[in-house]
Amino acid sequence: MTKPKLAVWKFSSCDGCQLTLLDCEDELLDIAGAIDIAHFLEATSEIKGGPYDISLVEGSITTPHDRERIQEIRKNSKVLITIGACATAGGIQSLRNFADVEAFTSAVYAHPEYISTLAKSDAIADHVQVDFELRGCPVSKHQLLELITATLAGRIPRVPKVSQCVECKLSGTVCVMVAHGTPCLGPVTQAGCGNLCPSHGRGCYGCFGPKENPNPPALSAHLADLGMAPKQVRDFYRSFNAGAPAFAEESKSHE
Amino acid sequence: MPDAKGASFLLDSPGPLVDALRRQGWRVIGPKLGQGAIVYEEIESAADLPRGLTDEQEGGHYRLREGDPDRWFDYVVGPQNWKKWLFPARQKLWSAERSKDGFSVESHEDEWPKTAIFGARACEIAAIEVQDRVFDNGDFADSGYTKRRAGMLIVAVQCARSAATCFCASMNTGPRAEAGFDVALTELETGGFLVECGSDAGAAVLDGLELADASAAQQQAGEAVSHKAAAEQTRTMPANVESVLRDNLDHPRWEEVAERCLSCANCTLACPTCFCSDVEEVNDLSGDHAERWRVWDSCFSLDFSYIHGGAVRRSTLSRYRQWMTHKLSSWHDQFGTSGCVGCGRCIAWCPVGIDITEEAGAIAAEPLAQEV
Ligand code: SF4
Ligand code: SF4
Ligand code: SF4
Ligand code: SF4
Repeated sequence: MTKPKLAVWKFSSCDGCQLTLLDCEDELLDIAGAIDIAHFLEATSEIKGGPYDISLVEGSITTPHDRERIQEIRKNSKVLITIGACATAGGIQSLRNFADVEAFTSAVYAHPEYISTLAKSDAIADHVQVDFELRGCPVSKHQLLELITATLAGRIPRVPKVSQCVECKLSGTVCVMVAHGTPCLGPVTQAGCGNLCPSHGRGCYGCFGPKENPNPPALSAHLADLGMAPKQVRDFYRSFNAGAPAFAEESKSHE
Repeated sequence: MPDAKGASFLLDSPGPLVDALRRQGWRVIGPKLGQGAIVYEEIESAADLPRGLTDEQEGGHYRLREGDPDRWFDYVVGPQNWKKWLFPARQKLWSAERSKDGFSVESHEDEWPKTAIFGARACEIAAIEVQDRVFDNGDFADSGYTKRRAGMLIVAVQCARSAATCFCASMNTGPRAEAGFDVALTELETGGFLVECGSDAGAAVLDGLELADASAAQQQAGEAVSHKAAAEQTRTMPANVESVLRDNLDHPRWEEVAERCLSCANCTLACPTCFCSDVEEVNDLSGDHAERWRVWDSCFSLDFSYIHGGAVRRSTLSRYRQWMTHKLSSWHDQFGTSGCVGCGRCIAWCPVGIDITEEAGAIAAEPLAQEV
């Protein structure tokens, strides 16, 4: 059996999700043994041409060039998997979606006419068909390995779309919102980080984006009861997953 | 020497009892201060108990407060419950190894040292008995659960106060535990404890402690503590909830509560009787080593109702209705008892304070007209 050919691609992003892949040091040798890493600039300058069996895509679409490049990658990939908040929701740079990008470029650059950028930062799935989305800012090492392992074993990866609250309860973490009145996005956020913030006494920042069937208006009403001003509620939803539709819509209703 | 089960004695403090348990080889799990709440962890002596603390609870709200520094048990039930130990959140079931000529399977069961749970409240004992019907059910008994349950001793604490979220009196599960314990302690208003012996195993633990016999008046004082706690309860469950929910599956209230519900699953996971789990496959990259793990699940998750091709309960309405009708109505058909013991956890630990008694009450107050 020939080894499946893997490519890793970068769009607008901080490289943190690719680093998560490199951080799988102990497992990388096994991964390298099981798959043919054909394109992964963060790890090796050796480049093999397509087609690829699996493409992992990091980053969001923010330029006209990105928009064309992703079409090429899609054509050359059997399975296309997006990794991280940028690729799945537009990332922190999707804050531009709520502002005037031209005003930014003229304020920041001496020659804004050289800047070629789109008005919005888009998720990859806004442009091409995506086979699987791995959430997180950054993605969790555990889920990334599960994704690769399950894909190689031919089974569906176990990446539950339940709330972060489920991770709290499974880990025995006392709810910071109920016990301390700390604002938390956990009830509308997808699990996966390993219960990072609540297990350290902090509210969830929503790194893994909206859970399935989320109800942000009901949470926002409670956040207001906890003392958050409308602007704070708006900004709470506007971080790494600001562009995810459920969060974007909710933040706009607190303008 | 206390020789008779059913007898009552007096004890100054819980300390000697914890020490006696440990001397006799019991691992003791009890209430402890942790993460700003009362959690259930192993304790080494009575010094680990959260003495002097009390709690304030409401829908979506829990705070620990300084109380009378001399009182030992003036807090009531907190975020965790004993199912954390009896029915662990994550549990390895078996593993398998691929070999040249096939594969081999090895079953797995975690060790369970004989364990005393210290400070179980009446509603919590009732909840354990509810889960017994689920897991210790004859033909399909869960061997891990029954093993843990058999190697377990229950030291109850009779509640001296109720939180605003408690409604055990209306579920007939408390606040006084009449049975189901090996030893029960009542902290008397005058200080000191009334000690009830509930079993031979309890008598064996009490053996060797210097205990004075309790007078009839002292026993009455113990019961008065429970009466006072019961009288403090304000929430109640409608008596006809089982039939009223069954007859009102299309009640408009379900839609109304679904607008407030986050489908976050906290209620089911905090509930001491909910027993649902999922089984997950874990394998290594090579595929040569695989494991199966049992993990808590909830009817609030989408995948819970996944059957070939899709999930059946997609809306929050259908998930909330499943939770409440199962707990309060169809549980009776399934297990011959209610699935709710009135502990109030689902009320306090719901981030937005949805109140099962209020929701049931709203439907019971204005049921849909029944066709005849
Ligand atoms: S701390 Fe946040 S994520 Fe955890 S249970 Fe509470 S609301 Fe949910
Ligand atoms: S349904 Fe609520 S009140 Fe009833 S036993 Fe469960 S958590 Fe306690
Ligand atoms: S209420 Fe839901 S989670 Fe609880 S036992 Fe019933 S189906 Fe399971
Ligand atoms: S009732 Fe409360 S705890 Fe339960 S799923 Fe709804 S919001 Fe979460």
